[in-house]
Amino acid sequence: MTIEKPVIIGAGMIPVGEHWRLSLRDMATEALLNAMEDAGVEKVDSLYVGNMISGPFIEQENLGALIADWAGLGNIPAVKVEAACASGGAAVQEGAKAVMAGLEDVVAVVGVEKMTDAWPSDATRYLAYAADADWELFHGASFVALNALIMRLYMKTHGYTEEDLAYFAVNAHRNGARNPHAMFKREITVDTVLRSPYIADPIKLFDASPMCDGAAAVIITSKEKAKELGVPEGEMVELAGFWRAIDTINFANREDFLTLKAAKVAAEKAYRMAGITAKDIDFFEVHDAFTVMAALSLEALGVAGKGKGAMLAREGQIAIDGDYPIQTMGGLKSRGHPVGATGVYQTVEAVLQLRGKAPKGIQVPDAEIGLTQNIGGTGSNITVNVFRRV
Amino acid sequence: MKKLLRPKRNVGIVGYGAYVPMYRIKTQEIGRVWGISSFPIKEKSVPGLDEDTITIGIEAARNALRRAKIDPKLIRAIWLGTESKPYAVKPSGTVIAEAIGATPDLDAADFEFACKAGTEAIQAAIGFVGSEMADYAMAIGADTSQGRPGDHLEFTASAGGAAYIIGPKGPDTIAYFEGSYSYVTDTPDFWRRQHEHYPRHGNRFTGEPAYFHQIINAAKGLMEELDYTSNDFDYAVFHQPNVKFPLTVARILGIPKEKVLPGLLSGIIGNTYSGATLVGVSAVLDIAKPGDRILWVSFGSGAGSDAFSLVVQDAIEGKRDLAPKTMDYVNRKKYIDYALYAKSRRKYIV
Repeated sequence: MTIEKPVIIGAGMIPVGEHWRLSLRDMATEALLNAMEDAGVEKVDSLYVGNMISGPFIEQENLGALIADWAGLGNIPAVKVEAACASGGAAVQEGAKAVMAGLEDVVAVVGVEKMTDAWPSDATRYLAYAADADWELFHGASFVALNALIMRLYMKTHGYTEEDLAYFAVNAHRNGARNPHAMFKREITVDTVLRSPYIADPIKLFDASPMCDGAAAVIITSKEKAKELGVPEGEMVELAGFWRAIDTINFANREDFLTLKAAKVAAEKAYRMAGITAKDIDFFEVHDAFTVMAALSLEALGVAGKGKGAMLAREGQIAIDGDYPIQTMGGLKSRGHPVGATGVYQTVEAVLQLRGKAPKGIQVPDAEIGLTQNIGGTGSNITVNVFRRV
Repeated sequence: MKKLLRPKRNVGIVGYGAYVPMYRIKTQEIGRVWGISSFPIKEKSVPGLDEDTITIGIEAARNALRRAKIDPKLIRAIWLGTESKPYAVKPSGTVIAEAIGATPDLDAADFEFACKAGTEAIQAAIGFVGSEMADYAMAIGADTSQGRPGDHLEFTASAGGAAYIIGPKGPDTIAYFEGSYSYVTDTPDFWRRQHEHYPRHGNRFTGEPAYFHQIINAAKGLMEELDYTSNDFDYAVFHQPNVKFPLTVARILGIPKEKVLPGLLSGIIGNTYSGATLVGVSAVLDIAKPGDRILWVSFGSGAGSDAFSLVVQDAIEGKRDLAPKTMDYVNRKKYIDYALYAKSRRKYIV
């Protein structure tokens, strides 16, 4: 049985940043209404909310009801989707599934996270809830500490230096500097990264994505419904393939510490569904929560061979005009990483690229196919979504 | 609604004086201990073992009296703005009043509004004298502020203060107040609860929604009410928790750096909290010419700002040399290391 692929007909977001004057509901509603306006729809059949950790951060759960109610969407089904930092990517997939199942015609997906109301030390603890509470957190591991182990091992195993990984941050900032919605709109150099203080050796401040607030939203429907709504083909972007997979939640239980197996499995299935290979993809929005994660992601997605991910950055192949452009709007490092919203930001950015409406200087020329990859935990829950211009 | 605050009769500063303790610690030395290598300022003042907010207030008050050349008995109020009172319950203003010979026919009180307490005392003194309740009132802003060891605040929290004697505008006036404007919101950016030794703060939340929002709105509100632009001011003194923040405010308001630097001392003495703008304005008065107009905007966490427009008068020329200049105190320094600093600030628990 061939199931028709859904299309995205609306995309909206607010700039990522420290939104002191906006609450979670304000941010989500603004992004959602932007997306609905972009799609030209005044109502939706359901709402999926990508959010990782609103409970500890702002003492608010039941986000489906909160946001649908606040946005005036009526008595629709609305639910929160949680997959740690991959919540946004997973919410897009759940929305797509609802459309593909034919249960809902027009689905809204919003990713939102409000992180800056918490103390940084508390926020660090909340983020670590994505790890294994009994076997990792109990022993004092934080997320940055776990990623520091990965980065150390990656450098030692493949002979890289901290400088080699710094090129990922430089590329992200180069692109983010041209994205009006990015949190850090300024370029940096390798020296900026190397001179920044260590937060968990060998991870330095500029190897890491920031804590921030943000919300992004997309409207998903079928091609048939999109035509009925009068959406021009150039405004539609097909979700051509997608999958997600899990890996051991406890990093210590992995067979191979330097392979994102969940990404590998998800990518293989998503590529098959889209009928493509990695070579067909024009740009990649990968999950560079830490620079080493960008390297491992490129390897897991089949873009680089094992241990070769960091090489692509050093050689400049990840730039907009390179063979494998990544983080075209700044990625998690420069655009920002409002955790549960990140996967939806990546989706909005892919839509803009495929519509040919990315900001000046960061439009990937003639982009036909784009990929977003969203990681939860240290690689324990990963989504891969492939988008194609209609 | 008229926003400008202006008393019935014109008032001004008839005497001013500053005091900064002589000990300094370089922020590099603090960073050495905590493994931090970038610093918001160069060095900060540290109070000696026998110094506290009261002794700083007394030194500043004596300098103000020297310039005012009035009998201390004429001062009918002494208000001390501080967040580091030696006693939680027992006024500090009374001790200062006694020390300078102003007792007993006066009012005394301690004001608290984080770093804005000193200018709160100025506002109150303007009203007290401006309403003709009395002819002279003294407002002091002084602190021996503390930052939690290793916290960002430890690099800047310092000690110092300044005192101002407010009187009716006349030939003895050093500078008179054209008007003032206070801007206040409930913004929880920095606080210390009862029984806590060190304050807590909301990191970057202390910036844009707190410091910048209050200061810029206060400055703009005052300028609008007085129908001035930033070009009408010869000097500007903004609250100075570091060097970057006040310079950013100046840039936003379109005030050239040269007009700010004479009153910007935080880079070399740190953040004297309630004393910060009072000490900064005293340094400007030490060099200002008659006719110069000074924009003075404080900031206190919690949060709010007081903005004043001051016009320097002829009397400055005959009075400024009657007491040590602010820069005399700033340049008088003895460096100590972190061990002695920790001892001075009673960070060792034995």
